[in-house]
Amino acid sequence: MDPYAPADFLLSVESLTVSFDGFKAVNDLSFYVDENEIRVIIGPNGAGKTTVLDLICGRTRPTEGSIRFRGQELTGMREHEIVHAGIGRKFQNPSIYEDLTVFENLELSFPRGRNVFGALFFRRDAEVRDRVEEIAEMIFLKDHLNTEAAILSHGQKQWLEIGMLLIQSPKLLMLDEPVAGMSIAERRKTAELLNTIIRNQSVIVIEHDMKFVEDIAHRVTVLHQGRVLSEGSMERVKNDPKVVEVYLGH
Amino acid sequence: MTSETFLFKQREWVALAILAALILLVLPATVDIFRLNLVGKYLTYAFVALGLVLCWGLGGILSLGQGIFFGLGGYCMAMFLKLEASTPEATKIQSTPGIPDFMDWNQVTELPFWWQPFHSFGFTLIAIVAVPTAFAYVIGAAMFKRRVGGVYFAIITQAVAAILTILIIGQQGYTGGVNGITDLRTLLGWDIRTDDAKFVLYFVNAVLLIGCLVLAQFVRVSKFGRLLVAMRDREDRVRFSGYDVSNFKIFVFCLAAAFSAVGGAMFTLQVGFMSPSFVGIVPSIEMVIFCAVGGRLSLFGAVYGALLVNFAKTSFSESFPELWLFAMGGLFIAVVMAFPFGLAGVIREHVEPALLKFTRSVALLRPGAAAAPSSSK
Repeated sequence: MDPYAPADFLLSVESLTVSFDGFKAVNDLSFYVDENEIRVIIGPNGAGKTTVLDLICGRTRPTEGSIRFRGQELTGMREHEIVHAGIGRKFQNPSIYEDLTVFENLELSFPRGRNVFGALFFRRDAEVRDRVEEIAEMIFLKDHLNTEAAILSHGQKQWLEIGMLLIQSPKLLMLDEPVAGMSIAERRKTAELLNTIIRNQSVIVIEHDMKFVEDIAHRVTVLHQGRVLSEGSMERVKNDPKVVEVYLGH
Repeated sequence: MTSETFLFKQREWVALAILAALILLVLPATVDIFRLNLVGKYLTYAFVALGLVLCWGLGGILSLGQGIFFGLGGYCMAMFLKLEASTPEATKIQSTPGIPDFMDWNQVTELPFWWQPFHSFGFTLIAIVAVPTAFAYVIGAAMFKRRVGGVYFAIITQAVAAILTILIIGQQGYTGGVNGITDLRTLLGWDIRTDDAKFVLYFVNAVLLIGCLVLAQFVRVSKFGRLLVAMRDREDRVRFSGYDVSNFKIFVFCLAAAFSAVGGAMFTLQVGFMSPSFVGIVPSIEMVIFCAVGGRLSLFGAVYGALLVNFAKTSFSESFPELWLFAMGGLFIAVVMAFPFGLAGVIREHVEPALLKFTRSVALLRPGAAAAPSSSK
């Protein structure tokens, strides 16, 4: 890693620490994500995986350390500013607007008219329609545009939320357990989807399903008690005795 | 699925036509001026209920302090009218002529500086909307930027309503105290106490109400309206879709305040006084009940809710004055438990389908007739 200066990475997380009443959920953590890379973060429960995503997207404030994204320091920025900088976040449980249709869900995520008056005078023009349809096709929901999101299957909800990120064309997508609750077929389609979208984007994924991880990961970071336990290709990580001991062994 | 019609969908145009016909034609033509003036008073509460539909029904922001803004709007109007009624000639028996009577009674000898601008009608009209909106902005910014929401926000609005009432009552010499500002006579020389004036004011009020309803509908059908619903259900998702959620909440809260203020000003004009009893906790909660009974997601429901509950209040409290508060509480509980979407929900789910079935069966009985209207939306 050393030959690269930190500025060459899309995302550089350095010496990141967050402490909740003395408990360090993330402890002096550093890792780097390249352009167009799919990075998977794995680790036992309580390793701090979700907290890392929370820190990057601004939901939680770090106690110490720095998060640089395309040369811009993210710590201290507000959540919507981080979104504008080009980071999209998917939550662990599908977080969509159940009372609205698939079309409206995607439309609300379309990156235009994001202030009060922009939203009041927003018009649903051809550009919006085309883009919504394009994304809906990508996430396998083209035939469900007018369906109320509440009645989608669990897997479809997961895809919809991924679509709501894609429509913003972020440079970095962060997905928290995107295939949880999906059938085998849905998992395969999701892996395909992720492999398609990284032509332009980097992705950080938290996942427990090892088969899925092998399908998509370029590199894997293993967290344990808020620190990096091991990092590298899936092959290397799988055979790391430390990893086997704390995570894969049982 | 959704037809692209301007601002209102077809069934909403029908609802608008019915409402306009009712309050602009049917009521003025059928009830006497005393009752019409009462209806006008009820309709001023409908402004508040409209704001609550946007703020609470769609946005999920429950304010139990809308009386603050209703009262501030009403007081701005009352201050102007009071100054006009307090000419040196009309008040020459006072120890300080030319100031409102209650100031004189409280040994105030000079008109306070913040009363001075209310000599101007133009300033007053601006202040009626600007003062409550600015106040809502301050409360909204203080709360929403700190992410105070839900029940905490409701409690704080209630506390502010209580504080404002205490302040108004305590500063008797400047505000008229518990009696409020009374004995209002003319508006730019036009006597507002006559039946003719009440008739005209009723129409001004009704037209303003329909104007506010159309404006609220514009907000509701815009992307802003869908964002309100999205924020109510998934605030984090909206934030992480790149929206500054607090700005949207502040805006809708200010808009609801502005609506309430217009209602308050029209109340003062039609009823002829303004007092702290329209500012405090109880009237603020009543306003939420109007909105809940009408249906908190329906702008039309808000208007009917305000009319019906107030009508019931007047008739009921004439016969059983001490029971009214219990009846009101019971009504609120019943609506929340049994009809969470109020009258509008009942009509949409039961009355409309029944009507449609009826018109279809009538059409079937007459084979030569045109096909029954096929769309219910």
